[in-house]
Amino acid sequence: MIKRDLVIIGGGSAGMAAAIEAKKNGIDDILILEKDSVLGGILNQCIHNGFGLTEFKEELTGPEYLSRFADQVKELGIEYKLDSLVLNISKEKVVTYSNATDGVVDIEAKAIVFATGCYERSPGAIQLSGDRVAGIITAGTAQKYLNIHGYLAGKRIVILGSGDIGLIMARRMTLEGAKVLCVSELMPYSNGLNRNIAQCLNDYNIPLYLSRSVLRVEGKGRVEKVVLAAVDDKMKFIPGTEMEFECDTLLLSVGLIPYVSLLENIDVNISSTKGAMVNDQLETSIPGIFACGNCLHVHDVVDFVTEEGREAGRAAARYIKGEVSKKVKIKVNPGNGVGYVIPQFIETDLDHDVTFKFRVRKPIKNVFVNFSSGETIFHKVVKPVLIPSEMVMIKVSKDKLANVKGEITVSLEER
Amino acid sequence: MKEFTCIVCPRGCRLTIDDKLNVTGNSCPRGAEYAKNEVTNPKRMITSIVRVKNRENTVVSVKTSTSIPKGMIFEVMEEINKVGVDAPTHIGDIAIKNVLNTGADIIITKNID
Amino acid sequence: MCMYDVLIIGAGVVGAMVARKLSRYSLSLAILEKENDVGNVTSNANSAIIHSGYDPVPGTLKAKLNVEGNKMFDLISEELDVHFKRIGSMTLATSEEQLKTLKELQTRAIANGVETRLLDKEETRKLEPNVSSEVVGALLAPTAGIIDPFNLVVHAVENAVDNGVKLFLEQEVKDIKYLSDHFEVKTDKATFEAKVVINCAGLYSDEIAKMIEPIDWKINPRKGEYFVLDHYKLGLVNHTIFPLPSEKGKGVLVSLTSSNNYIVGPSSEFDENKDDVSTDSETLSNVRRQATEMIPSIPFNQVVRVFSGMRATPSTHDFIIEPAKSNKYFINVAGIESPGLASSPAIAEYVVNNYISKLFNLEEKKDYNPRVKKYHVLNDVSEEERNRLIKENPEYGKIICSCEKVSLGEIKDLLSRSVPPKTVKGVKRRCRAGFGKCQGGFCSPMVTMILAKHYGVSPLDIKWDKSNSNILVKEVKKL
Repeated sequence: MIKRDLVIIGGGSAGMAAAIEAKKNGIDDILILEKDSVLGGILNQCIHNGFGLTEFKEELTGPEYLSRFADQVKELGIEYKLDSLVLNISKEKVVTYSNATDGVVDIEAKAIVFATGCYERSPGAIQLSGDRVAGIITAGTAQKYLNIHGYLAGKRIVILGSGDIGLIMARRMTLEGAKVLCVSELMPYSNGLNRNIAQCLNDYNIPLYLSRSVLRVEGKGRVEKVVLAAVDDKMKFIPGTEMEFECDTLLLSVGLIPYVSLLENIDVNISSTKGAMVNDQLETSIPGIFACGNCLHVHDVVDFVTEEGREAGRAAARYIKGEVSKKVKIKVNPGNGVGYVIPQFIETDLDHDVTFKFRVRKPIKNVFVNFSSGETIFHKVVKPVLIPSEMVMIKVSKDKLANVKGEITVSLEER
Repeated sequence: MKEFTCIVCPRGCRLTIDDKLNVTGNSCPRGAEYAKNEVTNPKRMITSIVRVKNRENTVVSVKTSTSIPKGMIFEVMEEINKVGVDAPTHIGDIAIKNVLNTGADIIITKNID
Repeated sequence: MCMYDVLIIGAGVVGAMVARKLSRYSLSLAILEKENDVGNVTSNANSAIIHSGYDPVPGTLKAKLNVEGNKMFDLISEELDVHFKRIGSMTLATSEEQLKTLKELQTRAIANGVETRLLDKEETRKLEPNVSSEVVGALLAPTAGIIDPFNLVVHAVENAVDNGVKLFLEQEVKDIKYLSDHFEVKTDKATFEAKVVINCAGLYSDEIAKMIEPIDWKINPRKGEYFVLDHYKLGLVNHTIFPLPSEKGKGVLVSLTSSNNYIVGPSSEFDENKDDVSTDSETLSNVRRQATEMIPSIPFNQVVRVFSGMRATPSTHDFIIEPAKSNKYFINVAGIESPGLASSPAIAEYVVNNYISKLFNLEEKKDYNPRVKKYHVLNDVSEEERNRLIKENPEYGKIICSCEKVSLGEIKDLLSRSVPPKTVKGVKRRCRAGFGKCQGGFCSPMVTMILAKHYGVSPLDIKWDKSNSNILVKEVKKL
């Protein structure tokens, strides 16, 4: 069987960053497996700008951002295979992929970085009510049709869900000649970035209806009407609040889910983010398998995906070189007001700083973020505003972590 | 007094600007500049696509090299709709020079082999 | 104009099986189907169960044909290359009262000649560890099976076509006249002539029958709504799990499917509109409640799709398989509700043996081939075989659907078959591209482009399903 030091599954922003960083950390035998015919993953269709402010201090479009990393991958001579889908991975870290030229190949890897991104929640998954018709499409799929192939998936559009892709697509489709009638959001707050509400909806006078969802879709063959209704705080529809829209399309932006079926197949522990549970090295419950990017938890800014990819690349390099020792196992729990925290465990010695990433459950102003262990709060940060659509990152120094005695809880406390 | 959300970066600060163009709520100088522009001459970047003539069902992404007046977005879109390019395409190639005398070029943002 | 010996109206599972059965004889045959694909209505949306036949009332056609049909599936699934597995069914009892009913059902099973076994609480839990603690016993019917209903119909029609049957899609029958020695069948597009007509029009079989004579029965469409779960760990249920049957039918079942998904449903509601395939959250939450009463741990967060199907329930409560009263050359095969899928091959035999054989001198063709041409399903073969196939055709190496791992080669193979898919859903039904977690989010643009290229049309012309179900509405940047 072919043996490789590091196999990276997915050549998007997380995978490319992991590969580059592993190479810089002394690993030469690296293979990236990418299912698409180009590197870059979903950024290939994210043609809007706003990427790279942290990385490059400038605003780039998705394809420009990805090309900077794709160029580095090529310059560093990192091997990658395109049109190559991983069919299976085993607990023993054998990666099986398929493509047209190599056929089906098994590779035994010393370490694997899992960087497969996420997929969009489907109409079936939200159990959308109404007729089973064409014209119900997820925002990312419509984005691919438009930005890669040059076809509009709708002319009169209602958007369900205020996630960023939905907002971005509202503007894109408007610019290309479609009429976006409204964006409807189930929650009482938007799930997209404020900036996207400003520049994608407000700029084009597209109304955003909060606490409203799709009651039913009607049509024969294709969508003809979408009926929205308000929901109460238990998410139940309120009779008498129906709004009808004659349209040909219902665009869904109702959530992104880490794409980890290959990990689920080998019983890797899965967290509430639906990604793998990881330790402070971004290592899953199977030693030597690391996860990063949107397949770990869905990010709102690609620059942070890149940074997480680097972390995974460094960790994989340390693992391959045998530099990791695991002496502790401390669980990290989301506490009051916190949806999830990554990492879920700290497993290496408490001799390095750890960046905790988390999301709050609902918008909140003027809070302390408390890091506690038992009764002791060992780190406290003030935050003026926290919203669910923005991932929070807080670095805790090794000095403070030295005080940790048991499980860590990250929680919010009103000031 | 005017209030709006800053679109300079993903942070999305809530900006306030008074009649004397004093900006508050910004976290960086770029935010202050954005607020001033927004009340005097609002501008936007546009990103779109143009058809790749020698590839089947393929378009390539483009953007304005600098922001253009907000009121001209749809006029500029009409210009973008008229052009096509041939692959291979390179990031930075100019598809339209100085579109509608805005001073902005329409430039290619994707490499297609 | 061609005069057919036999014209079959409807390419659902019944029409498909009848056509295939007749295609072994020297007859000129045609199928008219109103949809743009075969098996695209009731046969497309059902529980996909080959029932054992223990439950229909003894002496009915349903009982006879279900039991006979069930026995035929080992051979049929092999000849037609369709996934089929006898996993057995278990009907659960949750009280002493219900245990008595199970015993009565077993008497029925004996009368119908179906093997069953009564299980006590312990035996039930041993076979199905996830059943509710309320369950006190079950009736096991080992011969019940699960099947891929999409390819059963597609492959049966394909096999019929390969044996000489003509298939006409998108031909909706509008009028039928009997002209002294033959029928003239008018569709929305053309006129066909045939000596014998077999009405397998499913939900619309009453409308078709009325074109010949007044009838004293009707089809009362009855809708069933379902959940489909993703490939989840095996073992949630190992059999098809039923509650006790009621007058509304067999009740909400929980079953493994032939593709290792799980299916939960159906509801059962009469509906005025035969074409209504909508779903609604209230009905589905009832289905969910009933299912969790049997299997409390169903992971509903793994749901990838909800759908509904319409049963062709006859007012007579039994299958209607008989010639028109005024014309022995017009044969109604109507009211084929559950267990229609299981009964379908036996229905075909019944129609041929009782009626067609009396109208024609049936001669077997020498070149009749009961098998479909080999399908390559990469997920079903070894790694060595995969590699051999990829060497032969590299397109088997390029995966289009990453959830279900379907290759470009397999999709292109479908397009060269004798009943090729025209729509994205047609591709999905045949090879499962788009059936997984993301429900085609990633692969449907690729499938659309593959179809457009194959048929030499614009992607704007590619449909998701029915005639006005276009996926794309405008080409932008058209120069």
